[in-house]
Amino acid sequence: MTATRDKFGRPIVVVTGMGVVTSLGAGKTDNWKKLTAGESGIRTITRFPTDGLKTTMAGTIDFIPVEPFSSTLLAERLGGLAAEEAIAQARIGTKGDFPGPLFLAVAPVEVEWPQRQELGRAIGSSTEINYDAMLRVSGGGRYTAYHRRFLFGSVADQLAETFGTKGSPISLSTACASGATAIQLGVEAIRRGEADATLCVATDGSVNPEGLVRFSLLSALSTHNDPPQAAARPFSKNRDGFVMAEGAGALVLESLEAATARGAKILGVVTGCGELADSFHRTRSSPDGKPIIGCVRNALADAGVTSEQIDYINAHGTGTPENDKMEYLGISSVFGERAQQIPVSSNKSMVGHTLSAAGAVEAIFSLLTLEHQRIPPTINYEVPDPAIPFDVVPNKARDARVTTVMSNSFGFGGQNASLVLTREPV
Amino acid sequence: MTETKPATEVWITGIGLATSLGEGLDAHWDALNQHRINVDEKGFAPCVVHPLAPLNLDTQIPKKGDQRQMEAWQRIGTYAAGLALESAGVKGNAEILSRMDMVVAAGGGERDLAVDSNVLSLEAKGNSAPGFLNERLMSDLRPTLFLAQLSNLLAGNIAIVHGVTGSSRTFMGEEAAGVDATRIALARIAAGQSDIALIGGSQNGERKDLLVLYEFGGFNLKKKFAPVWARGESGGFALGSGGAFLVIESKAHAEARGAKPFARLVNVVADMARRKQAGDVRSTLEKLWAKLGKVGDKAAIITGATGAEPATSEEIAFLKAHPGLPVRATGTVLGHTMEAQFPLGLALAALSLSRGSLFPPDGKSALEVEMSQGPSQIVVIGTGHWRGEGMALVESVK
Repeated sequence: MTATRDKFGRPIVVVTGMGVVTSLGAGKTDNWKKLTAGESGIRTITRFPTDGLKTTMAGTIDFIPVEPFSSTLLAERLGGLAAEEAIAQARIGTKGDFPGPLFLAVAPVEVEWPQRQELGRAIGSSTEINYDAMLRVSGGGRYTAYHRRFLFGSVADQLAETFGTKGSPISLSTACASGATAIQLGVEAIRRGEADATLCVATDGSVNPEGLVRFSLLSALSTHNDPPQAAARPFSKNRDGFVMAEGAGALVLESLEAATARGAKILGVVTGCGELADSFHRTRSSPDGKPIIGCVRNALADAGVTSEQIDYINAHGTGTPENDKMEYLGISSVFGERAQQIPVSSNKSMVGHTLSAAGAVEAIFSLLTLEHQRIPPTINYEVPDPAIPFDVVPNKARDARVTTVMSNSFGFGGQNASLVLTREPV
Repeated sequence: MTETKPATEVWITGIGLATSLGEGLDAHWDALNQHRINVDEKGFAPCVVHPLAPLNLDTQIPKKGDQRQMEAWQRIGTYAAGLALESAGVKGNAEILSRMDMVVAAGGGERDLAVDSNVLSLEAKGNSAPGFLNERLMSDLRPTLFLAQLSNLLAGNIAIVHGVTGSSRTFMGEEAAGVDATRIALARIAAGQSDIALIGGSQNGERKDLLVLYEFGGFNLKKKFAPVWARGESGGFALGSGGAFLVIESKAHAEARGAKPFARLVNVVADMARRKQAGDVRSTLEKLWAKLGKVGDKAAIITGATGAEPATSEEIAFLKAHPGLPVRATGTVLGHTMEAQFPLGLALAALSLSRGSLFPPDGKSALEVEMSQGPSQIVVIGTGHWRGEGMALVESVK
């Protein structure tokens, strides 16, 4: 009995299924192969015209047909694919009958331009087009499907129906930390004994014109358009922003006790989760790094491990001048001199920033790192930034003994979340 | 597995309300007792809305710069959150705020209606060059508008303005988000994962872009206001502007700091019926009722029934199966506040319990009967207009 509880007496939470889709491809096998080969999934955008945009590349997922395109439908498809892979690996429940709740990290849902333009066409060119006119043509049942599609809960609703998760599905957003928060909510539910298993999914399909414009207007995106594969340059001196990307990650979490009882293969352990909000600014971290430091410390404390036990950090590493600098400040404050020795790599150098999905996608890559004892590189690392003396595992994957990984996620709105992942219970 | 939840008692120690009826507890109590309803049938005609009462924003959001960085839904929510912290006696208490958890139920922010209208008008006049939309958006969108739209930036603004930083989680998904925000915060405190939390949500109902979304599904109440129980066959909801926030904490934490409870939050339960067959909502509400805990005869019900059909008719059938409990509908008096629906019901329940009486009925529905004695328990119901069912049990603390 004691072996199924951690040192704090809580049920140990393990991962028994994982699924992932990124700009590198669908599935763990393909992603891991390309990730450790240092391949980039960033490409020139062909989904829509990019005339007039400063950034013309992204980690789009174009190999999954979505017609008519909407970011929400793409997010639903990606989340569904990842969940299917995770559940199949976990061999849990029966088809369409997952024995636990759904926690879904998803970008805020909204009516998108194609639908708005459809309303514009319905109004016609003889009257002024404004929201009163749009309201007049919106009713009568002609667009009922759009109500269902563009509710905030719509993606969770569909996934809950497809996979038969139990109870009220939770859709959440903690911006770019959302994926980590979805995992954290699953961990907490299992620790409380509310569930033996949870399905944690994080998905994002946000590459559309307004999505790109929004981040561009906040000067957050890289404009290194040519070649697109070299745009994402985390921790490099010549980094100039993140690269938007699409993707999804899904994890089946279970209590060790339940997983062992049904003979499931255990892929890793979510040993600890930490979070802390930053009240400094809407898009910037507190200059003293305190919220990031506190978040990292909270994760270590929750896991019951010391910083010395962490032997790889899967960085948030967006490649914005601000993030990477603050991440170094935070990590070096907690890890001291070891901050320059621990390998710290950024998956975003290859898959781009999958936004709401990133925390889960990177947790999965961290677990694959533990499984294969091989650390994926930070590519496009040609000009080191002397202010960030991390060992970024430059450009080439590295074999290493890895037992305990920290995966960090930070987001707009002062969101910070960190996970501690291990191969075995600690 | 022998999982027994520790019997941690959880209190509601702070309430913040800013709605169409005003701000603060006294204003709401007076308005409810005077049968006041603030409804606008003209401004968004044919849709009926409950407009926000004027707020003196400076009192809760002192920096004009902060006010400018937000759209209305965030200002309303940040304002109501400040009232809740004040009501709990923790406003400005950095030690508590730095470890206070926050779960916000949020939708998203206002679009720039002028920009959208202009783009569509120009497109209708033949501007269809590739990149036309890009160029307009790049030049016309306010650079920080995105931050006023992002769902998690209501929580972000509450952190910035009020300093709540223990944690920050935003749940989305219309009405269910409000139920789940409460459910998760309560579960964490009950399990010892947290001591004190700020929960709630807000909505700006005076938004044409939002009305368009609900018009797609035919949900807007048109032309003439009526209580939620009397909206005829097609039904409909009148969006209400408003924010409702609560501070909840373990009894031990409250007592240690000398805080007084408005009420005890006993249980929150939620589910999501598939609603494929008539009766799904009703039977789900029955199941939730059975899981809720013992409801005695000095109980009342405060429901967020929206007026949308068929959900409201199913809820009426459920309520009729539980006769003898006086019912009040927040949708009638304050409109449908969507993500804030459930926190608003909880707020009025805790307020009623603390004042020792239930506010008067709408006077028309057989469900809404007078309650001569003060309630000792109130069941809060939140049924989503399209998805999601939730229920809470709130009790008076003697």
